[in-house]
Amino acid sequence: MENNKAAANNKRRGFARHQREDMIGKIYTYLCVLMLIVVIVSIVYFVASKGLATFITDGVSPFEFLFGTHWSPDGTNPSFGALPFIAGSFVVSMLAALIAGPLSICAALFMTEIVPGKGKRILQPVIELLSGIPSVVYGFIGLTVLVPFISTVSGGNTLGYGVAAGALVLSVMILPTITSIAADALASLPRGMREASYALGATRWQTIYRVILPTLAPSLWTGIILGIARAFGEALAVQMVIGNAPFLPKSLLTSASTLTSVITLNMTNTSTGSVQNNVLWSMALMLLFMTFVFIIIVRLLQRRNKL
Amino acid sequence: MKSKKTLFGTLTLTAMLALTACGGNSGGTTTTEPTTGTGGTTTPPTTSEQPADTAISGSILAVGSTALQPLVDQVGQKFMEENAEVTVQVQGGGSGTGLTQVSEGAADIGNSDVFAEEKLDADKAAELVDHQVAVVAMATVVNKDAGVDNLTKQQLLDVFSGKVTNWSEVGGADKKITIVNRPSSSGTRATFEKYALGEKVENVEGSIEQDSSGTVKQIIADTSGAVGYLAFSYLDDTVTALSYDGVEPTDENVQSGEYPVWAYEHMYTKGEPEGATKAFLDYFMTEEVQNSDVTELGYIPVSSMEVKRDAEGKVVQ
Amino acid sequence: MNAKTADKIATGVIIFFAIVIVAILGGLLGFILVRGLSHISWDFLTSPSQNFKAGGGIGPQLFNSLFLLVLTMIITVPLGLGGGIYMAEYAKENKITGFIRLVVEVLSSFPSIVVGLFGLLLFVNTFKLGYSLLAGAIALAIFNLPLMVRITEQSFRAVPREQKEAGLALGLSKWKIITSILLPVALPSLITGTILAAGRVFGEAAALLFTSGMTTPPLDFTDWNPLNPRSPINPLRSAETLAVHIWKVNSEGRIPDAKDVSAGASAVLVIMVLIFNLIARWFGRFVYRKITASKQVN
Repeated sequence: MENNKAAANNKRRGFARHQREDMIGKIYTYLCVLMLIVVIVSIVYFVASKGLATFITDGVSPFEFLFGTHWSPDGTNPSFGALPFIAGSFVVSMLAALIAGPLSICAALFMTEIVPGKGKRILQPVIELLSGIPSVVYGFIGLTVLVPFISTVSGGNTLGYGVAAGALVLSVMILPTITSIAADALASLPRGMREASYALGATRWQTIYRVILPTLAPSLWTGIILGIARAFGEALAVQMVIGNAPFLPKSLLTSASTLTSVITLNMTNTSTGSVQNNVLWSMALMLLFMTFVFIIIVRLLQRRNKL
Repeated sequence: MKSKKTLFGTLTLTAMLALTACGGNSGGTTTTEPTTGTGGTTTPPTTSEQPADTAISGSILAVGSTALQPLVDQVGQKFMEENAEVTVQVQGGGSGTGLTQVSEGAADIGNSDVFAEEKLDADKAAELVDHQVAVVAMATVVNKDAGVDNLTKQQLLDVFSGKVTNWSEVGGADKKITIVNRPSSSGTRATFEKYALGEKVENVEGSIEQDSSGTVKQIIADTSGAVGYLAFSYLDDTVTALSYDGVEPTDENVQSGEYPVWAYEHMYTKGEPEGATKAFLDYFMTEEVQNSDVTELGYIPVSSMEVKRDAEGKVVQ
Repeated sequence: MNAKTADKIATGVIIFFAIVIVAILGGLLGFILVRGLSHISWDFLTSPSQNFKAGGGIGPQLFNSLFLLVLTMIITVPLGLGGGIYMAEYAKENKITGFIRLVVEVLSSFPSIVVGLFGLLLFVNTFKLGYSLLAGAIALAIFNLPLMVRITEQSFRAVPREQKEAGLALGLSKWKIITSILLPVALPSLITGTILAAGRVFGEAAALLFTSGMTTPPLDFTDWNPLNPRSPINPLRSAETLAVHIWKVNSEGRIPDAKDVSAGASAVLVIMVLIFNLIARWFGRFVYRKITASKQVN
């Protein structure tokens, strides 16, 4: 009723007011969207300009940066091979996805196929809480529980810091990402598809792996890629448990580094404008670049999904 | 209507916040300008040029080394208690950040674990004035089962460069050596390499890098055959501190110059300090601070040192 | 192996993994709470932290986290609301909208450390804000903006078409319809989403290391003039949040009781996130009930 009255009032005050209101609304929302674009353009621009300075101003060879395995920025003969960190980032995030992927998809299947309804009521809050736990808390638990555990399991020969600890911590962190995307995909599946399969006499498992999983493959991969993307960019939790030695990850139990861990440890200890500092920005640029790569992969997967 | 109001309310609030922010900022810079000014220029009369008998006033921003931050913080608080008109702000952020900010004039004091020459370009470093406020000494530390209590410089270099991988090769027990290193940009590592090893060494495969002295100590105490280095203030009986070339790591040996693994903690200003900044740095060097706060935090007072060092590491008597 | 056995095994495996996940969460929460709660006391929550001695609290850090959250939300909510309303109500299905969608997606995928580094470069260094709450809040706002846009868009799209059509029939302007018809209906899910987003902000650390800094000046909780350097609400002071504190004491800190302090602080963080979750659920349901109830009265 109130709305009616307000509307009547508005009509009386005429068209000008109407237009002015719309103008305000338009300007406000357009400005907000413009902000978004300005933000992203400036992030890319600023990080790129700093990150490329390593190669343009300081004359470090991009080839050495991408493929060099020798990292010694402060040495008498400084060398800036960042391959150990690039490889470290890939290895821990892939391993994390390898662990979390199957777990997450099983969790999603549990929620939608095995115990529909009840399963969701139990697992959904669990997944939400897991995604809500701050990354430093994961790092801290990794440091106090996982690292000593790995050290003990390996017979006390290693410190426990290393690739395995990093990948395990990350796998728990990306579990919610993959699970929720997989669960959404499963829920979007037309009911008839399952029933058709059951009607043909297929068991539940046959239905799952012959019908459901192949149909949803692009969506499930999307979840896994987004999980890898999240793991790739995660900084502090990994830094706390990976050991931070600048070497190519050769075994699960040796200490390694990731792009993010090197940036975290050295950014504030180096002075702005120095080559040691600029090279860290190049790594940040690398992280940005990988974000775009992951998004392109996801987009391609989504396109396949529509077909 | 109501929701519209709240919406614009939040907008105005944001705008106001931005305004106060700008106001606060410009206010901050005007008060700090005189102290950061590159000297010599024709600055109008400011706090720094007031007669000496008036109270010191102004605000001091000290940024940099996380290792030095607790000491500066503590001394800063005492200084503020004695000089109500002064505010001292201390921020961490690492030696590199501190040196950059003081060099750019964004901070009044840049706290650093290393000489500015080691982080900045020569011309930028030349503009900065060094105030050495404390001495920090480091000891090589091993797990108790390593079975050594002394290493020569060469042996130490062999251990940290990976030439020696078992303690039995340097006269200790038959235990594998595990190295706990610091990040390559860390001041602690720079000091250790420069004065204990004599050269920069590359990480050894299987070693780890940790920035936290507390964590380093714990790892060394818990891991068989582990070795690392710690500031004197962290030493206790959970780990074994090694003698260096037969010299025990004690304050006295550092002061006499016999034990070489030590470095200054620096507080840099751009040009000669003036006004509140000068007063604060002077206060730092008083016996009252040097013999209480400095020693309380495990540093060695600069005034007690019998030897001095320049940026190249040469010892001058 | 026949199909029935395979089915049983597979079902068993899936159920087992589901149990594993519940066990992981149970283990994590159990560990944090058992380890941390014993360390939490009123004194721990209110007293200042120590730099090199044992026995420090997390008072300033807790305050910083909360205050930073407020600052961030003051920036994020209006911007995210505008962006989301645009996406839901103004955007036409064309290339530009597709591009904006891509922007939101990219922005939400940026690693938080990169956003922090951008903040360091632009706000801390170029704009000379220094390590400050304001720089931290802007960085977190950037980090949170895409989520806020998405929440707003979804909330507005979920409003029944009839509501909008009623407004159009009444001859209201588009903006009027948005603010006085759609917004109130969308509000419950908006608020729920915002609170959940706030929980994410609360635990963020990587973006803050380089923007709001790793130190807190001594605070004077009797001084509420935002221009004074020791005032807790001065937006230009550096501020170490709870999450950053946990990282710092473990990675660079000097205090001997780092493990206890981190355990206590972790427990506080997790409890806060739990509270955010509960409030979001409760509030959503509460407002929903209120709105549906008031309709019946009409």
